[in-house]
Amino acid sequence: MSARKPYVRPMDGWWRRNPFFMRYMAREASAVFLAVYAVILLVGVFRLSQGKAAYDAWLAALTSPLSILFHLVALLAVAYHAYTWWKVMPKTMPMLHVGGRRIPEITLSAVGWAAWLAASLIVYVLVRGL
Amino acid sequence: MKRANEPIFWSLFGAGGVVSALLGPILILITGVIVPTGSGVPPGAMAYPRMLALAQSWCGKVVLLAVISLFLWHAMHRIYHSLHDLGIHGGAGAAAICYGIALVATLATAYLLLIIGF
Repeated sequence: MSARKPYVRPMDGWWRRNPFFMRYMAREASAVFLAVYAVILLVGVFRLSQGKAAYDAWLAALTSPLSILFHLVALLAVAYHAYTWWKVMPKTMPMLHVGGRRIPEITLSAVGWAAWLAASLIVYVLVRGL
Repeated sequence: MKRANEPIFWSLFGAGGVVSALLGPILILITGVIVPTGSGVPPGAMAYPRMLALAQSWCGKVVLLAVISLFLWHAMHRIYHSLHDLGIHGGAGAAAICYGIALVATLATAYLLLIIGF
């Protein structure tokens, strides 16, 4: 066995040194909230399959202050993910041209943000009206 | 040549990214804040008979499965790749755990929606 101890550059807190990296890590961290939320929904489907009493207990659990606090933070995190998703979208797709001119990235992002708003309104109206 | 499996995971990540960027915030707001606090929607918006009817309809099953599974495929792909940024180089084991969670959740949701019936 060799006694060498190669130097490994420490990675602790590298992302706290630059606002750009902090925004990057905030976006990545939103995935944790999205995953937990999906599991909460999965538990809801499980409780639904067990019958009314089980499902009502799940609904009641959602009204606890801790649950509402979690969902408020998750709302901010996932909204930040949605904002960045449409902001970055033009860079992840082929360039689009109209009349020989490239469509500006901000226009494509704006279409994404508008679609997000429209989808949100449609869901809200469906839930309200059903 | 060994085929890379990355395109599959990346497609699921992309699909989940789109669905969560369209529906994530509003769903969290409705199921986690508006309905529990009883503000902004009629009482009983998520009551048992309504949600059962949703889960028993074909359309509702597709939406529930797509939302739950794609959110998780998206999130677990992101978490897996972020582990490197935190200095955790888990390799194949980390990939198996991350994608395994998404796979198990997908199968569990599909199974539950099946036994809930039509």
